[in-house]
This record gives sequence, C-alpha cells and structure tokens, in this order.
Amino acid sequence: MTTHAAPRPVGGRLFTLPVALLSLFVAIAFYYIGVRFYYGIGAVTNLNPGYPWGIWIVVDVIIGTAVGCGGFAMALLTYIFNRGQYHPLMRPALLGALFGYTLAGMAVMVDLVRYWQFYNLLLPWYGNPNSIMFEVALCVMAYTLVLWIEFSPAFLERFAHWRGMDAVRRALDKAMFVIIALGVLLPTMHQSSLGSILLVTKAKLSPLWWTELLPLLFVLSAVAMGYAVVMFEATLVRRAFRTPSELPLLASISRVMMWLIAAFLLLRLLPVVLGGHSALAFTASRDSLMFWLETGAFGAAIALLSSDARRRSERTVFLAGCAALAGGSLYRLNSWLIAYQGTAGWSYFPSVPELMVTIGMVCLEILLYLVFVKSLPVLIQPVPRRNVNA
Amino acid sequence: MSMNRREFLKRSLGGAAAGATAAGDAQAFSLARPDKQLPPQALGMLYDSTVCVGCKACVSACKQANGQPAAMPAELARWNEGTWDSAQDLDGRTLNVIKAFVDGTREVKDREKDGFAFVKRHCLHCVDPSCVSVCPVSAMKKDPKTGVVTYNKDACIGCRYCSYGCPFGVPQFDLTVPFGRINKCEMCSHLLAKGGIPACCDVCPTGASLFGPVAALQEEAEARLAAKAGSRYEFPRGSLTEKRPRYEGVVAQYADGVYGVKDGGGTQVRYLAAVSFEKLGLPKLPEHSFAAIAEGVQHTIYKGFIAPLALFGGLVVLVWRAVRRAPHDPGRSDPSHGSRPS
Repeated sequence: MTTHAAPRPVGGRLFTLPVALLSLFVAIAFYYIGVRFYYGIGAVTNLNPGYPWGIWIVVDVIIGTAVGCGGFAMALLTYIFNRGQYHPLMRPALLGALFGYTLAGMAVMVDLVRYWQFYNLLLPWYGNPNSIMFEVALCVMAYTLVLWIEFSPAFLERFAHWRGMDAVRRALDKAMFVIIALGVLLPTMHQSSLGSILLVTKAKLSPLWWTELLPLLFVLSAVAMGYAVVMFEATLVRRAFRTPSELPLLASISRVMMWLIAAFLLLRLLPVVLGGHSALAFTASRDSLMFWLETGAFGAAIALLSSDARRRSERTVFLAGCAALAGGSLYRLNSWLIAYQGTAGWSYFPSVPELMVTIGMVCLEILLYLVFVKSLPVLIQPVPRRNVNA
Repeated sequence: MSMNRREFLKRSLGGAAAGATAAGDAQAFSLARPDKQLPPQALGMLYDSTVCVGCKACVSACKQANGQPAAMPAELARWNEGTWDSAQDLDGRTLNVIKAFVDGTREVKDREKDGFAFVKRHCLHCVDPSCVSVCPVSAMKKDPKTGVVTYNKDACIGCRYCSYGCPFGVPQFDLTVPFGRINKCEMCSHLLAKGGIPACCDVCPTGASLFGPVAALQEEAEARLAAKAGSRYEFPRGSLTEKRPRYEGVVAQYADGVYGVKDGGGTQVRYLAAVSFEKLGLPKLPEHSFAAIAEGVQHTIYKGFIAPLALFGGLVVLVWRAVRRAPHDPGRSDPSHGSRPS
C-alpha cells in the first residue's frame, strides 16, 4: 500500500510528437474560427434556415459537457454518498470536467451570432426566468467557475513556495465544502435542463425521443457518462503514464454506472412503449437505425459489466466505459439533431470546416490535459519520479 | 447520521419521482401550465389561400417596408434580371414568402390531386409563443395589448433557440453576415405605430392577405366558411377596419375550417384553404402550446427556485459531514498526510 500516495506532476517533456499533431489540428480549427468571425457563421458551417443548430452546439456543448461530468459524478459518490476511498480519482476527473466545460463555453461563444452582447445574460432586465436556456447559461457559467476553484488546489500546491499561497490554501480549505456542494447542485440543474430545452420541440422531435421525462433522462445519462469517462480516462492514463492501477475502484464505479444505465433505459423505453410509439423503432428509417445504435451501445455497456468477474478486468471496464460514452453521446446527438425534423425542405450535415473546428476542440482538450498532468499535481503517484515519457 | 442522509436523498428524489409518475401517466401534459389567452385587442391577419393569385406583391412590399434586398437565386438569374423577387423560403432576408403546393399535372388551382395551391408563410404571432418562452434574454416579446410578437436586437445574443423551437420555422438568422440579427415578421409594427397597416396586406390585390382585429377576422373567416361554395362573395381588402373597394370573387370549397384558432395554442394569423393545411406546410399541432409544457415541467421541478435552494442546503450538510474530519480539497488523496510538495 502506498499510504503516502499523493498527486504529483508526471513531468517529462511537454512538446512531444502527439502534442505537435494535436497542435496542428487546433491550429486548423482556429483558422476556421477566424473565418467564421470575419465572414459570418454561414461561411464555415452548413447551418441553414431549417437547421439553426449544428455540431458546434450538439457535439461541442451538449456532448462535451456530458463527457465533462466526471467531476460531478465522482463528487456525488465521494462527498454525497461519503465514499472517501474514491479520492484518488477525483482530481483527474475534475481536470477532465474543467476542460469539458471551459471549451464548451468557448464553443458557445463561437456559435453565438450576437456574441458581443453575451453579457446581456447577466443583466437582470434582460433575463427571462421562464427560459430554460437562461437557466442553463447561468448554471454553466457558474459551474465552470466552480470547477476552476475546485481544481485550484492543484495550482496552489504547485506554487506552494510562493508567498501567501499557504494563506489562500487554508481559506480555500475552509470554504471548499460549499464549493463542492455547488459543484453537485449546478450540474444536476443544467444537465437536466439540457433535456428540458427539447420539451418545446415536440412538433419537431421524433416521439422515440420526446417525453416529459427528458430532464430526468438527461441528468441520469450525464452521471452515467461521468462514471464512464472516469473509467475511460483512468485506464488510458495508467497505460500512458504507468501510474498505479485503480482497478478495484473502477470496478465498483462500473457497477454504479451499470445500474444507472439500467434505470435510464427503463425510463427511456417506458414512455415509448406506453405512448404507443414502439412501432416507430421497427420502421426502416434513419431514426430507427439511430435508436437501435444508441440503445445497443447502452445495452452493450450493461452486458459487459454484468458479472463481478467481468468488472475485475481492466479491458472490460474500459470497453464498457467506451460503450456508455457512445450510448450517451448518441442519445444527445439523436435527440438534439438527428431525430429533430427541421423545417420541411431543409436538411443538415456538417461541412468539413465545421467538423475541423469540432475536431480541433477535442484535440485542444486532450492537449491541455496532457500539459496539465505533466506539470501539475493531478495524478496519484507512489513515489516522486523524475522523468516519464508519454 | 447515515439515516439522515438516506432520508434527505429520499426526499430530494421524491420530487423527481413525482414528475416521473405524472409523465408516465396516460394523461399527458399533466405538468403543463395553462395556455395563455388571446389578448382582447389582438391584431392579426387572415390569409385565404383560395383568393391568393400568387402575384408575390406582398413579398416585394414586405422587403421594401423592412429594408431588405430582393432575393435572386443564381439558378433563376438567367431569365430574371432583378425585376422579380424570387425568395424561395423564409430566411434571414425574407420575412414573408409565397410558396406553392403542387401535385401531378398541376391543372386546377386549389385541388389536391393534379392541382396546386398557394400559401403565404411568415410569423403567425402565436397566442402562447415558443420563441418568447425560450429566449434567454427576453429579445422576443409579445405585446400585452395587440399580441404582436416583436424582436429586440439590442437584447439578442444570437443563440437561435427561437429558430430551433418555433414549430413553424419562422425566426431566421442571416447566416451570410458577420454581425447579423434574427429576422421575423413583426406585423410591420413600425407602420402600425404610424397608423398604417402591414405592407403585405396593404398591397394584396384580392384581399387574400387581410389585416384586422383577430376577433373580426375570425368572424370574416366563419362567414366565408358558412357561404355556399360557388356563390359570389365580396372579399374585403387591406384592413377590416377601413373601407376599400372589395374584390369580387367566388367562395371556394374550403377544406379544414380555420387554421390557428386552437392549433399550437392558437395563432393571431389565421388561414383558410381548399387543400389540407398540412399540404401547405402548416403543421398539425395539438390544441395546447409547447411553451406551456416546457414552462410547466420546468416550474414543477424548480418550484420557484425553492427546490434548488433546498437541495443546495442538503448538499452543503452532506459535503460538510464528508469533509469535516479534516478540511480538504477535492482530489487530495489523504488530507491528514502532507500532500503538499516540500
């Protein structure tokens, strides 16, 4: 046992071949973002009068923040259900969440077509308390701030030798329980509201997806995706940086995730069956294909984790994490975009520049993750090491 | 201690469970708030597809009145040298458009089989509009007196949720400019303020587009429905409140009654047609508004923000219990041992 195990910077060179490749994609994305701001959003995207939202919203923001729910899901387990043993997974999960949310915020700014008035959201005389988007916007802004505060001890530890850092650290320690509570409340609110946003689209969204339970389904799947991303991330990180295995913890998280997905699927399918819409799933259509891909991915995650023996295999846990991430991402992509029927006569498929921006955002996230774990105390390591190449 | 925690979780999940039961119920929309009602002095339009001759004077007049350029799709430019506004659909520069339903040989007007029919598309000025409900910054507003739905570009942040949520696909952002705005029919509010009427109704030669108080327009629509098909009828032109020479025409065999009385919670722009409204692109909507469902569900969950505050209070207590032995931060493996680098 490594009782004195603590998060430490992994170290090693920052500029490696993977980082160079990632930077290339980030640069391409920024080029197209420049074009978007200079010529307008239509110059880069395939958005049209029938489809006002594309992958910048649905992938970068809706899926991006759900993938960023690792911090939320782990905080729920660690602090609300008081399972302190999960602490080692907390900080890497927070780091993933930090970038998931920060870059989602950036994607919103790129997508807003009157971005220079963005601050109107904060002016009380403009705010519309009936608007679910208003609630989501404020919650996401507040939560991104909360994530930076939750993660700030990593900076404070790294720069502990600076004058005054200790005082800041002590003050922060005292207030942290309020911050952590906010870090559970805010995602509960806005992740469910990402489902509520679709309530108004009843005339446009396939009944295979539309139900009044949308808010509950979105928050359940967001928490499940939070555990999935921890399983995914922890496995990759262990392999890349040769950190100690957290498999026993991952195994019990995977069990929680399995039950969450089971509950989700039950509530997901119930309104479809009770509402008499199940026939739609058996027609030869794009919607039914997407429905089965999505449901199949969730089903695969459950099947992979269905016994104790399976949950003890790192490979199975990793694959189940991937399956759950695929299911949750497809659920969001389908309900927000693919099963959404825009105005008649229009269709949408992302343009290459539009895809490059989304790909670049994902690359930026991975790049920042690598830089942060190498230079800040994020990952648990048994003994301080000097150089690990990855 | 653990009993208390369990109790709290049970209670906080209670609200979600109640919502789940209600939604699983066969009686849908149990969470919806009541629909909003038509303002007594509501202004609107009546569009009669059977009287429309498809001249598109209204499209052109709309663009002039609202300072927008005529649309000229490249594929039409060969024969059309800029004299004919050829807008194909609503977009960031087209607030009003005439579209046609066509079938087979397109022989007879106002017939579904081998026929054609016109439809005028623009904002219907919903009684309980989705765009007003969803706009995070109150850029979309419904006038409490006239019920006209207007847009304020100084408030708008450009999230386009209004476009995404509108069941008619009305609010449109001009995608071709870097500093654009949402555009939609505002019933020529700037002309109404000066005592005028909407440009499209003003120029309509047959009275197919008719402006007036919604109540009077509804009476007019019902009078046409009650008149014998094939009989002569004097169609009022421009506005119901002014006396213009009428257009003498023939009453058609109307199909489905009046569109917009209850559809989607009701609209202030109403339609008459001799082919089914769905063929004209007017969607079949339930008799309640979608804003009522969305706001109803949201306010049920939030209970006037009391629920989130209560949840927050509970969470603070739970987290404090989890961390009180030693103040520590998320992610520190073991707070009692020094994890700070020396």
